[in-house]
Parts: sequence; C-alpha cells; structure tokens
Amino acid sequence: MVGHEEPTPGRRPQTRTGGAVSADVAMPEAEAVAPTAVPATSGRRRLWRRSEPAPPTAPSSQVVDLDIDPSDPILAFLQSALGPVDVSSLPPYSPAANELKQSGIEVVVPLVSSGELVGVVALGPRLSERGYSRDDRRLLESLARYAAPALRLGQLVREQEEEARSLQRLESELQVAQLIQQQFLPHQLPELGGWHVAAFYRPARTVGGDFYDVVDLGDGRVMVVTGDVTDKGVPAALVMASTHALLRSSAHSGSPGQVLQRVNELLIPQIPQNMFVTCLVMMIDLTTGRTQFANAGHNLPYLRRDGVVSQLRARGMPLGLMSGSEYEEDEVVIEPGDLLLLYSDGITEQHDDNGQMFGFGRTEALMEAPGDGEALVDRCVAALTAFSGSMEQEDDVTLVALEYRTRQAPRLLETFSVPSVAGNEREVMRRVMAAAEPHLVGARLDALGTAVSETAMNAIEHGNEERPEVSVDVEVHVSEIELSVSISDHGYGGPVVEAAVPDIDLKLAGLQTPRGWGLFLVERMVDRVYERSEGKRHTVYLAMDVGDDAGTANEETREGNR
Amino acid sequence: MTMSYEVSKAGDVAELRLVGRIDRDALSSLDEAYDSLSSLAPERIVLDFSGVEYINSTGIALIVGILGRARADGRNLQASGLTPHYREIFEITRLSDYIEILQHT
Repeated sequence: MVGHEEPTPGRRPQTRTGGAVSADVAMPEAEAVAPTAVPATSGRRRLWRRSEPAPPTAPSSQVVDLDIDPSDPILAFLQSALGPVDVSSLPPYSPAANELKQSGIEVVVPLVSSGELVGVVALGPRLSERGYSRDDRRLLESLARYAAPALRLGQLVREQEEEARSLQRLESELQVAQLIQQQFLPHQLPELGGWHVAAFYRPARTVGGDFYDVVDLGDGRVMVVTGDVTDKGVPAALVMASTHALLRSSAHSGSPGQVLQRVNELLIPQIPQNMFVTCLVMMIDLTTGRTQFANAGHNLPYLRRDGVVSQLRARGMPLGLMSGSEYEEDEVVIEPGDLLLLYSDGITEQHDDNGQMFGFGRTEALMEAPGDGEALVDRCVAALTAFSGSMEQEDDVTLVALEYRTRQAPRLLETFSVPSVAGNEREVMRRVMAAAEPHLVGARLDALGTAVSETAMNAIEHGNEERPEVSVDVEVHVSEIELSVSISDHGYGGPVVEAAVPDIDLKLAGLQTPRGWGLFLVERMVDRVYERSEGKRHTVYLAMDVGDDAGTANEETREGNR
Repeated sequence: MTMSYEVSKAGDVAELRLVGRIDRDALSSLDEAYDSLSSLAPERIVLDFSGVEYINSTGIALIVGILGRARADGRNLQASGLTPHYREIFEITRLSDYIEILQHT
C-alpha cells in the first residue's frame, strides 16, 4: 500500500509482527490492503498491508509496513505492469521488492488508475499451500481494475477534505491573528487637552502591515507614529508587531530621529532581507504645539493652516535596510486651528478601473476642503471607495488626523509664589480655587483644590525640603478647553515617589504604611496631570476640562476592519 | 489646635464630632479623641464630619489609623456630615468599604 509519509491517527503504521503472511485468493477483498493515499511525487512512500483477523485454524496474520523511496524502481515497474506480478519478477535492485520478499509476500497486484499507481494489493502464500492459479490471477486482475478507480476516488475525496480542513484551520487562525493585531492599535486614543485625534485602519487582507500609535511620553508630550511594512498579509503583520513593540519600548530614547535610529538597529537582525518598514515619528508638546518629527521613508504628512496645505519634510532611509542610518529631524509649531494628516500609501497608490492611481494630488485636495479631522477621515475613506470602483483594495489603508482645536492661547488667571513653609499648601489651594471659581463649580472645584494642596505640599516638603527662603511658584491658566495649574519647586529633595498604589486592605492588615495617599489622590482628582523637569526645577501641571464637554472624553477611533 | 472634637454617647452609640481640619496637625487630638471614646466602650462610633473644612492625604492616613484601632477593638465605624467631595474621596480610597457613610436626613 502506498501512502503518506506522516501517519494519521486513523491508520497508524504498525510494527511488523512475526509469523507467516496468510492470504487466500478465495477471499481477496479480505486480504486486500486498506486503501491509502496516492503516491506522492516527493517524499518516501509507505506500503503496508493489513491482514484480516486470522481464521481460528490459520497461522498468525501480520501487517507489512513498508516505506518506498520515491526513486525506487518498483514504482515505475508496477505502474506499467499489466496485472498481478510475482514478487520474484520484481526488479531485484529494488529495496522495497526485497523487503516484500522477506515479509513473505508472493504476489503483488498494482492498482493503476488514470495512469497513476494508486495502491498495491499484496498477497502472501495461499492458505491451501498451492500456488496462485491462472484463474486466481484473472480474478485479482479484474478486482484491481474495479478497485483502482474507487481507491483513487476515495484518495481524492480524502485529500480534498484534508485541504478543506487545513484551510478552515488557517482561516480561524487568521481571525485570531486579526484580533491580536487589533489589540496593538490604540482602541481609545489618549485624552489630549485641546487636541483631537481621528484614525482609520483597514488592512487589505485579514491582517496588515500598517500601524499607527499614540504614546503618552508622560511629560506633556505625545509620540504619534504611523508606519507601513512592505508587503501585506501575515508576513507584514509579523514584522508590524515587532516594529510596533520596538517603537513603544524606544519611545523614551530621545528625539524622533534617535528613536528611529534605535529601532532601525534593533530591527535589522530581526527582519527578512527583502522587507523593510517606512515610519514617521512625531513628538508633540500638547501645551505649546511644538512638534519634532523624523521620517524613515514614510509618506510626508500634510499640514493645513488657514486653508493652505503644505507637507512636512524630513529625509531618512526606511527601517530595517541599512545599519548606521541617520534620520533628518525638523520642527514645526502646530497652531490652534491647524490640521495634520498622516497616511499610508494604501490610499495614494490605490488604482481605479482605468489603472489610474489615487495619487497625492487627490489626497491634498481632500485636505484643502474645510472641516475637522473626523470629517477629513470620512471624506478620504468615501473618496477612496468611490475612486476604487470595482477594484479591490490593494494595500493596507491607515489615516490619522490630528487637530489642535484650541482657538486662542491660554490666558493667565493668577501667578504667585509662597515660601516653603508647611501649611502654605492651604494658601496655595485657597488662591488657586479663588482664581478657578468662575470656570469650575462644585465638586470639580473641590477636586482641583485637593489636587493643588497635595501637589503644593509635596513641593514644600520634598521638592524644597521646607526651606522658607525657597519659593513654590504657581500659575493658573485657562483656555476654552482647559484650566491648568502649574506648581514648581526647586528640586532640592527630588520628586516624591510613592512606592505602591495605596490599598486600604493592605494598610489595615499592616502590610502598607497608612500614609502614601498623596499622588493617588492627585491623579484621581484632575483630568490630566503631567510633570516636567528643566534643570533642577520641577513642575507639575494639573488640568481640568472646562467648557461644554468638560469631563467627557474628546477622542474617537474608528476601525474599518473587514 | 487645628482640630477640635466633642464626644457624646447615646445607648451603645458614641458620636465623635470633629471640627476644623484633618491634616498632620490633627494627629495628637485625633488619637486623644479616640482614647476618650474608648472609655465610653461603645459598640458603634459615628464620626461627624459636618464641622470639618479640610482633609488632606495625611488626614486620610490618620482616619485609616483610627479605623485600624476601632477594628482591633471590635467597634463599628460610621461617618456622617461628609460633603460630596469628601464622600468621593472616601469612595476612591475605599475607606467607604469599612466606614459606612450615613446620608444626611
């Protein structure tokens, strides 16, 4: 019997057992070997023969398990044989033939269908101890004629079933991969005071090689990233996952150019030779709009200011190509009302039914139309869909629109300093609350008060070590978006570090000190808090949303996964 | 003195009325207040915060300390007169898991 190299549980090859092979042409179907797969064009073939349970008087039965090498001449010989063949007339230089002989096989009947050897019936000596007669052989030959096509059909059906099963498995694996990949993309873009992010991501296949990310750098800046791995589908998705992780872990390694340089060096040993990654990194100061960027061969982002669209240019090689690559950096200040669009070539390189590309011109024209970031993303998706006509989406599409919605610079409400004397935190709280009162009410004003007094207390006790001659400096600003309080110390004692998240259960069990609530309270009392150090000077910013949507998230992300 | 207190008792319930601010200056008076409560041997203690104008993180730590003592003594702690803001702080610190907050009637 000829079969697959890999046994399946249903037909596990059995080890050879001792005893004579029993066979009798009087019940040839009982002696016929079970059908297995078609001879493979490569790999070893396995022939084996299973006897029926032996009749009570018969000697023991056995299974012949035989691997046939694809180069074994027995295959060509049997394929062209015209009926039952005596083992003795098989090519003597065939290892399989020798093994058959040793197993006690006397006659083999090739099963040939459509010119292909699909199986073999192997028989041991007749039970009657006489040789196989001419009638026996005729019977075997006609049996083979009928059995071969049936066996071939069975083999084809099983092959198809196996193919369908593996296809199904592949598909469900891809679904899981898609879910995993979606976890990489930000579900909810971080809340950025006055900034609005709208994003769209649609891979050409189940998974894709595009990515985008928004990483809070913790000092009032965010890192915005878009990238595109060459190719699409699973290979691209694997490289995308690793690039995404490297970017996240390298986010704090310096300027955008330094981040790209680091990721490039880390990526080179991991990435297949014919693949690379284009990537744009921007670091945006949310208070000032100051934006540094560097570009590893990604599409140049568009900036719209007062209806005029320009591109932000910086040169650099794609990631994963060349060790030692350096990345040009540039800087721009994003002003209130500006709109920024980051996009992958899935949009610009999409073709229409006439083979024309969507191109940069159309993208730029979409950018020129008035409307906010969300409307821009919607417009781009609609335009791309209309343009594609009956063409399938060719590549992954990513769009990220960033908008600075504040229309006026923050206004200074109050500025003052207090000596670093314990208790002065209440003075800071009182004055900040008085300044903030027209903009915040009730529990939100009280919440800011508690956060301010805790922060001022840390500045007095830790930052300035209660040195009365050193001041704690306070500023209160308000814009149409947020009210912000900055509290600065001179960094004598360094910032406060609270070892663990305070937990009342642990505290009551004596496993944590009863203290350590300060930073915990600050973080929960205000909408945003971040810290920044300039030299020794250490400043904490506390911000509360003001205006119509105060206290509600102002971000949105949409996913267009198929 | 930044925090003063009054102690009263009715049946098994003792009331501790706190006035002023609960911060690091309140440490000794809060301990003293609990000592005088203990001598009344109540089963239940109601902390009345209606006269309190300010509680900071150190004050929260002091209240955790009082709660620890009350639990060790097998006494039940309740709080009344909290403003919405301090009620929120009791909730986010999960003090409210151990100290029942009584609503104003």
